[in-house]
Amino acid sequence: MEFATNLTFSAFCQQFLVGLSRTTILFIVSSGLSLVLGVLRIPNVAHGSLYMLGAFLAYSIATAFGGGSTGFWLALVLAPLCVALISLVVERGLFCRLYDREHLMLLLFTFAFMLLARDLVKLAWGSDYRSLSAPSMLQGSFSVLGMPFPRYNLFLLIIGPLVALGLWFLTNKTKIGKISRAAAVDREMVAAVGINVSWVFAFVFVIGCFLAGLGGALVAPTQNITQGMDHSLIMEAFLIVIIGGLGNMWGALLGALIFGLTDSLGILVWPQFAIVFPYVAVVIVLIFRPKGLLKATW
Amino acid sequence: MSDNSTHWKWIAAALGSIVLFFCLPFVLSRFYIYFAALILVTGLLATSLNMVLGFGGMYQFHHAVFYGIGAYTLALTITKTNLPPIVGYLLGPVVASVLAVLMGLVCVRLSKLYFGMLQLSLGSLVWALVFRWYSFTGGDDGIHGIPLPSIVSSITGSYYVTAIVTGLALLVMFMIINSPFGRIFQAIRDNPERSEGIGVNVTRHQLVGQAIAGFFAGVAGVLFVTVEGSVFPDLLFWTLSLEILIMCLLGGWFTFLGPMLGAAIMVTLRTVVGVYTEYWTLVLAIVLMFLIFFLPQGVLGYIIETVRPHPARGQREER
Repeated sequence: MEFATNLTFSAFCQQFLVGLSRTTILFIVSSGLSLVLGVLRIPNVAHGSLYMLGAFLAYSIATAFGGGSTGFWLALVLAPLCVALISLVVERGLFCRLYDREHLMLLLFTFAFMLLARDLVKLAWGSDYRSLSAPSMLQGSFSVLGMPFPRYNLFLLIIGPLVALGLWFLTNKTKIGKISRAAAVDREMVAAVGINVSWVFAFVFVIGCFLAGLGGALVAPTQNITQGMDHSLIMEAFLIVIIGGLGNMWGALLGALIFGLTDSLGILVWPQFAIVFPYVAVVIVLIFRPKGLLKATW
Repeated sequence: MSDNSTHWKWIAAALGSIVLFFCLPFVLSRFYIYFAALILVTGLLATSLNMVLGFGGMYQFHHAVFYGIGAYTLALTITKTNLPPIVGYLLGPVVASVLAVLMGLVCVRLSKLYFGMLQLSLGSLVWALVFRWYSFTGGDDGIHGIPLPSIVSSITGSYYVTAIVTGLALLVMFMIINSPFGRIFQAIRDNPERSEGIGVNVTRHQLVGQAIAGFFAGVAGVLFVTVEGSVFPDLLFWTLSLEILIMCLLGGWFTFLGPMLGAAIMVTLRTVVGVYTEYWTLVLAIVLMFLIFFLPQGVLGYIIETVRPHPARGQREER
């Protein structure tokens, strides 16, 4: 009896930590989505595709540099930058021409981009599974209350707060961040004081997509890199952004925590319906606070 | 839409299409009959979405849920109970409609994008349940080889049932749109605040709209089972919802028959391009981008505008 409770407690702790590492990935991806949604007011469905692209690019870059530790670290830096570059080209080339259209058109454009990205990824990488191994210093695991906990997950737990801090600094302490927050509230007024709102939008869009790519690169060593990884993630990221409050970075963090933890702890309670728990949590939050837990930007 | 002078043209067109759809099975091979039935089902689904999207101005982001629930209700009635299949056929649309009202009760108090996203999350909850409940819904495998009643067990039989039901459903929806209710519904789309101001109960009308759209999506769902003989969770996945949104847009979402045309184009594109390459979504994506940039009013909308150049319809340009 004593043993059994002990076991459940350590299993709980382990699942809690697993949930927290999952939260990190979810937070990084959904904060990018939230940024774009909050400032540009566009539900970017292609965000998940950029995440997938980040993972595939990380794989290719790491492989090109020999697949060792250096390859991994380079991939972690270069893959999100490549994703950001692609998004800049798409934004300046096509997307910025649609800003004065109806929201539905923008949504559908991003959906079209998602379809395009999926087939391009299939063309470039084929439909096989890919996997990327973590660098040697992050391989293996150490024990938490007698249960193994992967080192890489600890690394994720460090990266997550760093990204949050960086993003906070960017949006609150830098000039461009302040301008983009102002543009989120009243874009006409920002334009009226002589700021090129279109380029502010481009900046925000690229930062958001960079975060999607970063999430993809970070998740690559923890799971198989597959074709379908965009689908499942984008819906989760959307729900996180909605329950957190659109455009609110701390809301994205809170939402990611709720989502990640209900998911991982749900497995302990009722494995078969574990994927249902986050959705139930979302619905409960939205019934009581339809505009999200924290203050939305619009 | 039609005044007296064009009335007869419409009736002639309707009679012509009835004859056409009646004769199709005599000239087409088995595969093409199936193909035509699939277009009709998908078109009916898209038209039911457009009831609330184009005519109600509601951002219905997860319409496929009602389609899938209609289909699953029929499939489960046949496989899990001893009730006659006709009960399932009636129950499917009703359950879909009830679900639409229930989800609507939670969602309609929110404005456009928030409405759509809350609906998306509720719909995903329904999807997750269906996806995982192996003992009841068959989980991610779905239910295959559903024993259908004998009238629809042949492809010709199911085609005729599909064509007749689709025709009737379209007629009813057309009548609803042109009824006083439909007019108020469109007024709410154009200006909800002002409609509220002149004493229209906006929430109640939107809920009724949800019920109607859900009902016809359920009809499309049971027809899908009739044609396909199986159900699977992809029927209520959100990508299908976006696909039918595209059909509405492609055909023209301020026209009644536009979604049907859009569905025909999409299904044909998928089948024809799918023969030559597995990258059919690439082609679809490019077509879609082209459309967004150059034909924002859709194919049928563009045709109508070209044939009838007088700009009587102002709503197309407003944001």
